[in-house]
Amino acid sequence: MVQTMNNTMGFPILSMLIFLPLVGAAVILLMNRANDKAIRMVSLLFSIATFALSLPLFTSFDKTTHLMQFIERHEWIPSLNINYYLGLDGISVLFVLLSTLVTVLCVLISWESIKTKTKEFFISLLVMEGAMIGVFCSLDFMLFYIFWEAMLIPMYLLIGVWGGPNRVYAAVKFFLYTLVGSVLMLVGIIVLYFYAGKTFDILDLMTKSYPYKMQLMLFWAFFAAFAVKVPMFPVHTWLPDAHTEAPTAGSVILAAVLIKMGAYGFLRFSMPLLPEASRAMTPVMLTLSVIAIIYGGIICLAQTDLKRLIAYSSVSHMGFVTLGIFALNTQGVEGGILQMLNHGVVTGALFLSVGIIYDRTHTRVIADYGGVASVMPIYASLFMVFTFASVGLPATNGFIGEFLILLGGFAANQWAGVLAATGIIIGAGYMLWLYQRVFFMETNPKVAGLQDVNMRELITLLPMVVLIFWIGIYPNVFLSFMHPSVQHLLERVNGGSAPAVAANIVTQILR
Amino acid sequence: MPIAMPNLAPVMPEIVMTCLAIFLLMAELVIKQKEMLGLFSIISAGIVCYLVLGSAGETFGGMFVSDGYSTFFKLIFLVNLVLTVLISPKYLQTMKINFGEYYALVLFATLGMMLMASAADIIVLYLGLELMALSTYVLAGFIRYDMKSNEAAIKYLLLGAFASAILLYGTSMIYGLTGTTNLRDIAAYIMNNGIAGNPVLILSLIFFAVAFSFKIAAVPFHMWAPDAYEGAPTPITAFMSVGPKAAGFAVLGRVFLVAFGSVRADWAMVLIPIAILTMAVGNIVALSQTNIKRMLAYSSIAHAGYMLIGIIAGTPAGLSSVLNYMLIYVFMNVGAFAVVIMLRTEGFTGENINDYEGLAKTHPTAAALMLVFMFSLTGIPPMAGFMGKFYLFMSAINAGYTWLVIIAVLFSAISAYFYLRIVMLMYMKEPKEAVQLNTSPGLGLALAMTATAVILIGVLPSKVLALARVAVESFRYYLHLI
Repeated sequence: MVQTMNNTMGFPILSMLIFLPLVGAAVILLMNRANDKAIRMVSLLFSIATFALSLPLFTSFDKTTHLMQFIERHEWIPSLNINYYLGLDGISVLFVLLSTLVTVLCVLISWESIKTKTKEFFISLLVMEGAMIGVFCSLDFMLFYIFWEAMLIPMYLLIGVWGGPNRVYAAVKFFLYTLVGSVLMLVGIIVLYFYAGKTFDILDLMTKSYPYKMQLMLFWAFFAAFAVKVPMFPVHTWLPDAHTEAPTAGSVILAAVLIKMGAYGFLRFSMPLLPEASRAMTPVMLTLSVIAIIYGGIICLAQTDLKRLIAYSSVSHMGFVTLGIFALNTQGVEGGILQMLNHGVVTGALFLSVGIIYDRTHTRVIADYGGVASVMPIYASLFMVFTFASVGLPATNGFIGEFLILLGGFAANQWAGVLAATGIIIGAGYMLWLYQRVFFMETNPKVAGLQDVNMRELITLLPMVVLIFWIGIYPNVFLSFMHPSVQHLLERVNGGSAPAVAANIVTQILR
Repeated sequence: MPIAMPNLAPVMPEIVMTCLAIFLLMAELVIKQKEMLGLFSIISAGIVCYLVLGSAGETFGGMFVSDGYSTFFKLIFLVNLVLTVLISPKYLQTMKINFGEYYALVLFATLGMMLMASAADIIVLYLGLELMALSTYVLAGFIRYDMKSNEAAIKYLLLGAFASAILLYGTSMIYGLTGTTNLRDIAAYIMNNGIAGNPVLILSLIFFAVAFSFKIAAVPFHMWAPDAYEGAPTPITAFMSVGPKAAGFAVLGRVFLVAFGSVRADWAMVLIPIAILTMAVGNIVALSQTNIKRMLAYSSIAHAGYMLIGIIAGTPAGLSSVLNYMLIYVFMNVGAFAVVIMLRTEGFTGENINDYEGLAKTHPTAAALMLVFMFSLTGIPPMAGFMGKFYLFMSAINAGYTWLVIIAVLFSAISAYFYLRIVMLMYMKEPKEAVQLNTSPGLGLALAMTATAVILIGVLPSKVLALARVAVESFRYYLHLI
């Protein structure tokens, strides 16, 4: 039995987090579909309740240990040794909070924009939330896989039913890309299961060591699933379509939570389970990351569609994340995890903002905008905060994350660091240019007379603004969650002590 | 020499079933309300089910055996029977083919399958197979005025007759070689006389593989299936896509693992290419189908390919994963056909996949049920179809067939495209014309049962998995010989 922390809340908090949204979905299922208003209220209630329930995770998480906390374990399929096994550590805890927060915002942003099949929409959204939380909490590989795959159903519907004009193509593409990657991972999981003596218990699997050749094959099997989800170059092509065509809530969930699961998969499975293979494959992963950063950034410059531009910027930003993770040192990995969170907040906020203006104009073409700042001043200033955070301006969260990643990246491979840094410049280029084209210049007649954000929309955006500055000014609150877990992870990957970047004044200040 | 009365207890379910079917055939003459015959069939299934559970043993000098394996398959057949009868009456009325013989034939076909599952001797196997096949031929052609239905029956009959002949040919060879048709005696003869590499044995293996491939509609012996499935009355399509396939797998498992267990390497060489081809053709051709019955026909071909992997694995886990998959397959496939039947009204076939456009808007419940079945057939958790595939692939990987599983999962990912297309049409298109639903209490009950089973087995599979594992216990002895 692997050691775990005995930190529980006195009630099964993780199960409740997973099942509360599902209960909400069941309640909506039984409601009259004509009563849109009640359906929205119920989903808002359940999403807020779930968020409130997740807050104790933030306050009572024990930050001094890498051990799993809030453990729940029940037999599920005893004959195959599959358990309902939940727990959180410093790597996963923040993503549960992000998921619950983002769902509340998604319900709010969809309040008026979803006009057809409202019932199905909110059921899908809540089922999605349950599955997302399940993915981050699972400590049984099979349970993880089931949540991971189950997410496909609501997401497919979210994109395909309520999305833009080309939604069906985007939904099918998303589904097939993800499914092909996932099934290969399934084969890998089963191979691992038999080699390790019939167990899916992640913590148990981590105590064993596997032959190098097998590690390599498993690494690529897992890569198939995680790289598609991240998405890494060259399997990123589903993302621009899915992000662009999805309804606002779908884009936000995709950007904020779903694509984090790929990077999370590398951290939770590939690296600790297959340390030698991870080390050996570092050059490949760093190269792919750098390509994603630069290639994604350059493509952004050519985009004429608002959502598509932000979608490609995700490719570039997730390149930073994988770069940090595969730098395999403390700064890189912590920066990577923080940047996952940052990207969730910032890109989520950007998609929310685009959704707000799209509801008014029903166009995503950048050329249809211009001078929005004079029509919607509050909106413009909020968008500016998100733009700066995306660019990585100091005092915003983007700066901390990218800085740590570059620090780690330089230590791992100087050229990777140098090339990635150019990505930041490109990023500033396309984001500022986008801001200029949309908000400044002559007022486009199409946007003249638009209403500024209303209270509901403001409430939707404000939490993101708070998080951007909170993480940007005092990141230690968030970094302190991960220190022990990251340290432990790196000890496992590097087979000994973690090679921190030589004591650096800036790092010490940051800590 | 006095002939001892054989022990009838193991074969009692089949005897009772025969009596009930004959009684039903006669009652048909006086009963005007044909739905009563359906009710009678369901009650019969219940009685037989009760008898099956208490029928362990073997009789007729080891020709007939009732063990966990046969019991599990018989339960599958009876579930299939009940579901088929539930989804039939309304359809029969709509098509104006509401004849009582229908129910008797379904009972006889099921009886044939039960005999096959219990056959420990190739002669009994052949008897059961012919009883099942002949009844099903008639059922396939039950819409007498319809050319397609006639075509279905004729095609099925001709190719089925070929398969039977090939089976008999294989049997004659194995009899010539070993002097017996009893599966266990064949196994013992092969072991004791060291004839593992004998060309006649290999040839008869191939003949058996071909004959059974016809029954389970494996490529390249699948050509009858799409036409027969499309032309047959839809409830019979549902019945055929599960029953004869399950019976085919029952005999495939018993013959290959018991009689030919010691030459597993040889028949695996025959079955592996068949399995790969079956998955490939089934999934790829299904992509281009526009008739939902044809699409489900190709899908059922593909599923036979997955299940063959469990047989190829040749282990108790492999075999039990086939049983488990078959049970799940009954629910998801018959469930899907039940939705197809609901769309059939007088003058409107509802068989074109475009008829499903916008179904989520006009009939949300029917669309939601179809969604569950489609995702289950794709193998997406938390639907049962995933658990079926997972257990199947797991046993194959444990038996060392990782590469075969990789091929299977990739084809399974391809299959997502055509199953999802139905979901896409229902949820992401606007309805063109108002589709009427032809519902009935029986259909509703069948849908409730199948959808509940699909979700329940998907979320809590351990009971079913345990049952399937116990069911192959009686095989353990033979599997050890391998």
